[in-house]
Amino acid sequence: MTTASASRTAGRASTAALLLAAAVLTACAPQDAGTSGTAAASGAAPSTAADCAKGALATHTAGTLTIGTDKPAYAPWFSDDKPSNGQGFESAVAYAVADRLGYPKDKVGWTVSPFDKAFAPGAKDFDFDINQVSINDDRRKSVDFSSGYYAVRQAVVALKGSKAASAKSLADLKGVKLGAQVGSTSLAAVTGQIKPSVQPAVFDSNDLAKTALKNGQIDALVLDLPTAFYVTGAEVTDARVVGQLQNTGGATEQFGLVLDKGSALTGCVTRAVDALRADGTLARLEKQWLSDAVAAPVLS
Amino acid sequence: MSTAAAEGGTPADGAENAYRPSARRLAREAHRRRRSRRSALIAAVSTAVTALALYLLVVNSPGWQRTRETFFNAAYARQALPEVLRGLRINLELMTVCGALILVLGLVLALLRTLRGPVFLPVRLLVTAYVDFFLGLPMIICLLVMITGVPALRLTGVTTDPLLLGGAALVLTYSAYVSEVFRAGIQSVHPSQRAAARSLGLTGAQTMRHVVLPQAVRRVVPPLLNNLVSLQKDTGLVSIGGVIDAVYAAKIITAQTFNYTPYLVSALVFIVLTVPLTRFTDWVTARTDGRRQQGGAV
Repeated sequence: MTTASASRTAGRASTAALLLAAAVLTACAPQDAGTSGTAAASGAAPSTAADCAKGALATHTAGTLTIGTDKPAYAPWFSDDKPSNGQGFESAVAYAVADRLGYPKDKVGWTVSPFDKAFAPGAKDFDFDINQVSINDDRRKSVDFSSGYYAVRQAVVALKGSKAASAKSLADLKGVKLGAQVGSTSLAAVTGQIKPSVQPAVFDSNDLAKTALKNGQIDALVLDLPTAFYVTGAEVTDARVVGQLQNTGGATEQFGLVLDKGSALTGCVTRAVDALRADGTLARLEKQWLSDAVAAPVLS
Repeated sequence: MSTAAAEGGTPADGAENAYRPSARRLAREAHRRRRSRRSALIAAVSTAVTALALYLLVVNSPGWQRTRETFFNAAYARQALPEVLRGLRINLELMTVCGALILVLGLVLALLRTLRGPVFLPVRLLVTAYVDFFLGLPMIICLLVMITGVPALRLTGVTTDPLLLGGAALVLTYSAYVSEVFRAGIQSVHPSQRAAARSLGLTGAQTMRHVVLPQAVRRVVPPLLNNLVSLQKDTGLVSIGGVIDAVYAAKIITAQTFNYTPYLVSALVFIVLTVPLTRFTDWVTARTDGRRQQGGAV
């Protein structure tokens, strides 16, 4: 039968084609550019000053330091949604760190890096990201952190005259509809410390959360203390800071700069932050930009 | 070929006269079996080769190690599953309640838009404007306006519950989609059907109710079910109001831990939900096709 043999040859040909395609596919697997030591453990970062050549680090773009942050960039961390103006606490810290690393203001570039993308695996388009990211052990598995540049405390904001506004303790907040921003440690504080009986509302951004507070869709909002004071002072003026939450456990929560996992810069950036802490720069910037964050009563 | 000529053996009587397939027929059947076995084998091998190639491509990629830790982490999956399932209740509630409302409202809109007679022009215009507006309005903006805008009006007696407002936004948008589907169905019924019904003495309403609609609805079941599946996924958008649905429950854990496995878990849950729906759609389609064939293929 001629048809059978013809189809057999066709079958063999197609099998061969498939195998060839498979071989090509596997051969075409993208090769690592090998710029950043992906295999390097985060502990294997340079630790001596000699390794951190000023202004000549292995940055994303040669000769400039690229810093990422989210858009919109909120006050009091940034000002006017312009991270590059040096105004606001985190903008100021970023430039101070860059300066320490040997990159003056004109050698610093900013890039928009949404919170969700900042910790995605794969190549980063920034050298470090500054976005009020709290350091925790889970997150350390996916990214590198510098040492902490700001100790965070969480605060509760409620509309004046509401039931939540007169809360004196955590127990007074149990029956209250609370709100927090996704990914923030404020949310962890809500579920871990306050443990409300009503399911908390969780928002994508602080803007949505503030709107919900104004609309009465939530009774109180949990934010970090500087943001809380900024919100009550400038944005939702008929709200007040009810109080702050105590830090659980021994260690205070810290904001850290985010770097790619195994980044060659982690050690240098950490050294820069440590130096800024030691010489009082961080404390000075905190006073300058976050001075409104006066002590709020502690809710326990 | 004639069976009589191919009949092997001598014709006997009684039980001997039972049908015995001819040698040629047996050969033909054996050949067919061989062919089908062979094609099954080839299909299996080709599938295996393709799967292997894809597997090797993924596993040999330079970033696989980190990708595996970030997307396929069993510990985080275990942590996420109960949270995701708790959030899924919101999706299912929205899907059933809104789905029913959307079907009713969509049908009403379609009927209003297909009303005949000059006196109904304003009705037709209003419905057309409504449908055009909500077809074009991006879902997320509709949700934002409903969830954050309506409570800002401070209307007494109007809810501020983001779940209800979000559900309302879904109904508004989707009823526009569904009404267009119904309208297409109604207009696809041949005018002769309507003419025949009217000549039998049915009123316009009776014609619509007993002749046109049954045919129209049967025709648009598949696109309706597509809309339902699409609605099922869009229910998650209500989370912009702070409601925690399945996807958002995953997002919360991901944002806290910087690990993406929870997202994958919620994706799987949704796919598992969708598969029966799509199979059901296929089944309904096949059934209506079968029924249409019973008219007798000429």
